[in-house]
Amino acid sequence: MWFENTVKNMNNTKHSAAYTPHDASSREESTMQRVNVGLARRYRRERLFRYCGLGAIIASIGFLLLLFISITANGWTAFIQTEILLDIKFSAEHFDVDNLSAANYGALVKSSMRQLFPDVKNRREKRKLYKLVSSGAVYRLQKMVMKDTGIIGTTQAVWLPADDEVDMFAKGRVDRDLAENNRRLNDKQIHWIDTLSATGRLKKKFNTTFFTAGDSREPELAGIRGATAGSLFTLAVTLFLSFPIGVATAVYLEEFAPKNKWTDLVEVNINNLAAVPSIVFGLLGLAFFLNILGMPRSAPLVGGLVLTLMTLPTIIIASRASLKSVPPSIKEAALGVGASKMQAITHHILPLALPGMMTGTIIGMAQALGETAPLLMIGMVAFIVDVPGSVTDPATVLPVQIYLWADSPERAFVERTSAAIMVLLAFLISMNAIAVFLRRKFERRW
Amino acid sequence: MVTMAAPAATARTARTDNKVDREDRSTVGHQFVDNARMTCRDVNVYYGEKHAIKNVSIDVGRNEVLAMIGPSGCGKSTFLRCLNRMNDTVDTCRVYGEIRLDELDIYDKSVDVVPLRAQVGMVFQKPNPFPKSIYENVAYGPKIHGLSANRTELDHIVESSLKKAGLWTEVNDRLDQPGTGLSGGQQQRLCIARAIAVRPEVILMDEPCSALDPIATATVEDLIAELQEQYTIVIVTHNMQQAARVSQRTAYFHLGDLIEVGKTDRVFTNPRHKLTEDYITGRFG
Repeated sequence: MWFENTVKNMNNTKHSAAYTPHDASSREESTMQRVNVGLARRYRRERLFRYCGLGAIIASIGFLLLLFISITANGWTAFIQTEILLDIKFSAEHFDVDNLSAANYGALVKSSMRQLFPDVKNRREKRKLYKLVSSGAVYRLQKMVMKDTGIIGTTQAVWLPADDEVDMFAKGRVDRDLAENNRRLNDKQIHWIDTLSATGRLKKKFNTTFFTAGDSREPELAGIRGATAGSLFTLAVTLFLSFPIGVATAVYLEEFAPKNKWTDLVEVNINNLAAVPSIVFGLLGLAFFLNILGMPRSAPLVGGLVLTLMTLPTIIIASRASLKSVPPSIKEAALGVGASKMQAITHHILPLALPGMMTGTIIGMAQALGETAPLLMIGMVAFIVDVPGSVTDPATVLPVQIYLWADSPERAFVERTSAAIMVLLAFLISMNAIAVFLRRKFERRW
Repeated sequence: MVTMAAPAATARTARTDNKVDREDRSTVGHQFVDNARMTCRDVNVYYGEKHAIKNVSIDVGRNEVLAMIGPSGCGKSTFLRCLNRMNDTVDTCRVYGEIRLDELDIYDKSVDVVPLRAQVGMVFQKPNPFPKSIYENVAYGPKIHGLSANRTELDHIVESSLKKAGLWTEVNDRLDQPGTGLSGGQQQRLCIARAIAVRPEVILMDEPCSALDPIATATVEDLIAELQEQYTIVIVTHNMQQAARVSQRTAYFHLGDLIEVGKTDRVFTNPRHKLTEDYITGRFG
């Protein structure tokens, strides 16, 4: 029979690559030969396709590495800060016991500097000298005194933050061979820095300010705590609104809504909303939440509302997809033993769909975390020094902070911009890690 | 198939002239029984424009196994799903006519499907245990209906249901294991245990053995014979030997029409309708 021949031929080709035509009919011979000819081309295409994929992966990893390396190279120095050791004499005449915060701490720093460099007499030079120490040094002294009044009358060796120009110079970001009028530090100042460095009074320390302070015009005093808190408040509002609303919408559309042209229209609109540029949501927030409802400007509450509008379509689409992927037999089984529709959904369908819903939500959250444009429209781009304490306090968020710093002229903000990007990336990576973890935890693999 | 065909073929040659013609779609045989558990009168089902069930009237007797056979797409599963209103979940499906469980008109506006489905349980084609433990699978129905006052009672229900389903000895030491980890036949018996845990009066089975191997099939068939003592069973099957083995009455459906109903042995040995004969002799289907 014909198929026996074919089987025999196939065995032949398997054992010996060269096909021998004399033991088969001519029709089969031509088929096998054609297949063999085409085979090489098929495998070549497959190989080519595989190499293309591999190349794409290598290229994307390369770009990612480039991004990480350049950001890290630019930003890691922001985590250390140059400090200057000064012997501060807390002489009692400067302090009024009833009003410690009003004391002239600047004078303490200045007198200490004068002591270190007694040969600086000229007023203009003195001013240059004082500039080496950050204007934020006074706050550190103030804090010390407020904490322990016992130090009044004593002399303490205190590490005080250096000015950002000194910091940049110490970190090697400013070239000392540059012509003097192209530098922010003149030759005298560089000489003083060298002297301080030689006497061990100049040191680079871990920059805690960066993590504990809000924004500042002085780079050495600027931190991301305000922006981080703003981001967290905004995301909290977004999460608490968008997850329940999104899941409820998805469940209703998937399980309860009648299938007619109205629900089709709703579905099309949800899909379209997912593609609307985010700044449009910002404009909507400005017009509606701020102007009509009169909500506070720059508040994480409004930011959260706007980002909720933005992330809802993502969450709804992901939730519907994961509801769809639950086998209908499970629902039928539940209905079959007499569960009501609601029970079938809450007892069986939702638990199975939840991992997918959570993944969609966290992807939406990550998107919201990185969003800038809509927040610009509702005033979260303002310069805000205080760390927000609630959702109605004025605040900014990490990506907007990055934008603000990138816009600042000071050299030291460059590294802070990169450092803030690193923090934002760390946030994103940890959120994705949580997404993976939740997925693994709640996924039923039986 | 071949064994079935032999007696039918002889019957055909013997009484060819008495057969109801192929074109005649009115039901022949004994549709009605005394003291029926379920009575269906002039049931019509539409899926959108499609007329899936046409004027079907049939009774299901107490403690009997009614088998429904017929070629694919003949409406036997659709009809089965009308008996516990599972078709309600299909948006485009409309059911007309009257279906009564004892005296209750189950399509009456006042009837709640939740208690109805507790009375008319269902076992599906593909074993579909919940992705939960064996215990929870069986306990789910009693739990949502509040059939047990406490844990001990619930344990008792689970145990007796699993025993009735013939699964207890196989799983009593691993009740907390996932139900989906059982073999196909065990899963199907678990589904049967789940259905009988809510103490239904009628159990509907939609090709319960089509996804099972012959040994598991034999076990489920034995189980059906045992369950028959307490429950009324309506079973849809593609397998005519199975219908012959497990049922007392057989109904043959063809393209939405109920063609013939009667005692199983009579339908298989001496079908009165041409279409029934063609089907059971393997001419199509």
